[in-house]
Amino acid sequence: MSMLGAASITAPSISYHLLAPVLVVFGAALVGVLVEAFAPRRARHGVQVGVALVGLIAAFVTVVLAADRTKAATAARAVIVDSPTLFLQGTILVLAALGVLTMAERFAGNEGDAFTSTAASVPGSAYEAATARAGWTQTEVFPLTMLAIGGMLLFPAAGDLLTMFVALEVLSLPLYLLSGLARRRRLLSQEAALKYFLLGSFSSAFFLFGAAMLFGFSGSLYLSDIATAVATRGGQDGMLLLGIGLVSTGLLFKVGAVPFHAWTPDVYQGAPTPITGFMAACTKVAAFGALLRFLYVAVAGARWDYQPVLWTVAILTMVVGSVLAITQTDVKRMLAYSSIAHAGFILTGVLAFDRSGLSGALFYLVAYGFTTIGAFAVVTLVRDSAGEATHLTQWAGLARRSPLVAGVFALFLMAFAGIPLTSGFTGKYAVFSAAIAHGGTWLAVVGVLSSAVAAFFYVRVIVLMYFSDPDGDAVSVAAPSAYTIIAIGVGAAATVLLGVVPSVLLDLADRSALFLP
Amino acid sequence: MQSFPWLTVTGVVPLVGAVVVALLPRALAPRAKVVALAASLVTLALTIALALRFDTGAAEQFQLAEQHQWIPQFGVSYAVGVDGIALVLVALAAVLTPVCLLAAWHDVPTVGRREQNYMALILVLETMMIGVFSATDVFLFYVFFEAMLIPVYFLIGSFGGPRRQYAAVKFLLYSLLGGLVMLVAVIALYVAGPGGPDGFLLSKLTGLDLGVGAERLMFLGFFFAFAVKAPMFPVHTWLPDAAAEAPPPVAVLLVGVLDKVGTFGMIRFCLPLFPGAAKWATPVVLVLAVVSIVYGALLAIGQTDVMRLIAYTSVSHFGFIVLGIFAMTSTGQSGSMLYMVNHGFSTAALFLVAAMLAVRRGSSRIPDFGGWQRVTPLIAGVFLIAGLSSLALPGLSTFVSEFLVLVGTFQRYPVAGVVATVGIILAAIYILLAYQRMMTGPRPEAVGVTRDLTRREAWVVAPVLAAIIGLGVFPGPVLDVINPAVKRTMTSIGMTDPAPRAGVPAAEGTAK
Repeated sequence: MSMLGAASITAPSISYHLLAPVLVVFGAALVGVLVEAFAPRRARHGVQVGVALVGLIAAFVTVVLAADRTKAATAARAVIVDSPTLFLQGTILVLAALGVLTMAERFAGNEGDAFTSTAASVPGSAYEAATARAGWTQTEVFPLTMLAIGGMLLFPAAGDLLTMFVALEVLSLPLYLLSGLARRRRLLSQEAALKYFLLGSFSSAFFLFGAAMLFGFSGSLYLSDIATAVATRGGQDGMLLLGIGLVSTGLLFKVGAVPFHAWTPDVYQGAPTPITGFMAACTKVAAFGALLRFLYVAVAGARWDYQPVLWTVAILTMVVGSVLAITQTDVKRMLAYSSIAHAGFILTGVLAFDRSGLSGALFYLVAYGFTTIGAFAVVTLVRDSAGEATHLTQWAGLARRSPLVAGVFALFLMAFAGIPLTSGFTGKYAVFSAAIAHGGTWLAVVGVLSSAVAAFFYVRVIVLMYFSDPDGDAVSVAAPSAYTIIAIGVGAAATVLLGVVPSVLLDLADRSALFLP
Repeated sequence: MQSFPWLTVTGVVPLVGAVVVALLPRALAPRAKVVALAASLVTLALTIALALRFDTGAAEQFQLAEQHQWIPQFGVSYAVGVDGIALVLVALAAVLTPVCLLAAWHDVPTVGRREQNYMALILVLETMMIGVFSATDVFLFYVFFEAMLIPVYFLIGSFGGPRRQYAAVKFLLYSLLGGLVMLVAVIALYVAGPGGPDGFLLSKLTGLDLGVGAERLMFLGFFFAFAVKAPMFPVHTWLPDAAAEAPPPVAVLLVGVLDKVGTFGMIRFCLPLFPGAAKWATPVVLVLAVVSIVYGALLAIGQTDVMRLIAYTSVSHFGFIVLGIFAMTSTGQSGSMLYMVNHGFSTAALFLVAAMLAVRRGSSRIPDFGGWQRVTPLIAGVFLIAGLSSLALPGLSTFVSEFLVLVGTFQRYPVAGVVATVGIILAAIYILLAYQRMMTGPRPEAVGVTRDLTRREAWVVAPVLAAIIGLGVFPGPVLDVINPAVKRTMTSIGMTDPAPRAGVPAAEGTAK
């Protein structure tokens, strides 16, 4: 059934209960837009947070309900709601709820909000100062975030390349905007947004071009049709490989794999920290979901042709991410490079091309997501008079000032480093064991060596926090509201639980690890 | 199988103690050390009960065994149990922890929560030590092996000497690198094994046919981690820094017990799991062991800091332990196992006495002392006994084990045995030279009235000295516990003792 060939269009049947998570989130986003238009300025913040959280929770409930029903493709096979989709959607929704909580935080003082008072004002202008004095707050972030989340939910569920592309754009455009909304160092933030937008546009173009190539190869945009064409291919390998390469480029850009990682440190540093945490966790989950679906469903049959290239990408990602992180002096940039390295670790699981690799990657995404959201939420707490104190030297002696905050951050760092009894270790074990069991032993060896390198810079931060003397008194730990406390608390609890008793989630990931064609 | 989970309870008691100590309200903060000591003494009592229930003639390999599913998806069980080797090391940890807590009494001022954290971390460490020696699941062992680093890291980094940051990071990175390399081998071993929800049990992974190449690579993965831990030349360089910068009681636990995980791992994992590869690697390992013996001893002679000196003597002694293990004779391996215990006590005595001296002098540099036996004769005397035990004087414990190791090595590898004997001579030099420089000579002038051994310090050294002398005169009971486990190891690698040559009865050494 070609998409273009039909002369008369019959309306496809749509299983609304399978689409419900996406629809609920988009609905909440639209309600948020209306709130922005009609609610009084004072009430907006509270209402927006409420709408977003209610929307996310309702969507999560629909995911749980859908889990018991028959998994199927719907909307003319444009959306495929199978176990991995539901697993990833549930993950995205939980992580997004935590992200929204950190966005909702407003600390005391003029610099307390993470977002600029008016995105439209010129940085440093009188208008900006006036809006800040008037106490305006940027509440558009919530509907924008919800729109991005909607795209993220659709991204790993896409059954054809066009839907995947639309989802990619829907999730990306709000993120470009959100990256530019920081209250402090606005020029840096805007530069980050522009950089993200330009490079993101390129990668989208790559993706689209690749989709065209694959259409040329198989005569269809459906992933399952491409898979059939791959299985029965004769010649025309050039077009197939070019298509795979270009589509993968677009997806690898989103996960932040080397050599498509250049945007990551700048955007992570420039974007408002709650957005960075949200992006680092949720975008990665969604993008890996799409990458997994593309590689496993559409082009797994041709994997011997392109696997060496992806091996190289995975190795480069792990090594470059780990090594460059050592040289960083800004905690957000350090976490950015660390997220690159983690993308590489997840890729080692992905490249196993096996059910264990899929379930390992799914587990890793959950573990990494919770830890990342928590870590960035902690970053928002450490502040000086002008806002967040992100330079590493400012973190010296933090354990003396606030043992609890330093302790939680040390926990997150140890999880990133993969110390046993934290979620990070379980995740690493899951992907490395999948890799070793399916011909990727050398990938795993590079992985553990990179982990050792990466451990160095995580440990360095612990040294700073615990074993160094405070450098002046300018830095303090802000008193968080319940929003941030919940976000950090859930992140920390998940980090410990997934390390000590990972069975439940491993089991779920294992049962979810089967794509529908 | 028994109903009461002895090992788990023994391991959990210090952990509970740690939580209590860490959470004590401010008003009770001065009592933190008492609570910590009490927890460690309860652990010791449980360990004694454990040892009494241990049957040296039992048929099964692991006694007091417990097994529960933990992560069935990975094939991981919570499985613990002890054989003779594990039991003596658990006992070593259980004895040394209260001693160290008592020695740490005044290490950290009772201001804020620092002292509570210090005591709590030491107790957490005890839990990890008991866990790592009693794990009979390879994954569980690995978890303890790695998680153990964290309390030590914080103990060195937060409470250590002036270069504590450097020492702590170096320690952690060396150990993590070793552990991560081992992780690949651990996974590969599981993949090669039968799998299933309890596929990580040691019993399921023993005697696999891995293929020559894979077996050798896995052996190297495990051995690298254990060599770093032990530590052997050339991956020993973290030890002097860590031992010198750590608070002395932590240095005792680090060198006396934790590093034994390396040699313990060799005999528990490297030999039975990869017998072919172990035999293949033996020549290289023996050379490294002999180099460790001589090189560690030579560097010890050159040290000007008494803590670093003790650390280097340990490098030398670990060389002996590895030598005995890879000599592949039952005499050598029994000697190595006994050596692990004896070295724990003699190093503990040296570190603790050196720390007492350093506190009094305000320096741990050897040239800063001189004539010190006229200032604190009792401490000097204890130092001498500890030192003599370290150089393996007959009548003190280390002698027995060192002799067994050398005899066992000589049976199969006479050249290595002969070269290693040089280590004994060098040991006499580094100990006696240090004693001479620190203790003999005219009374130092700048030093005022200095208290000799206090009552608390006497309680610190008394059990250790008792162990050194007791095991030196009467090592039989410990050997009885160790020997069945050694025999089993020898069987699992398919080695038999070489026939004694005419006129050289192999048992001669034990009769002394």
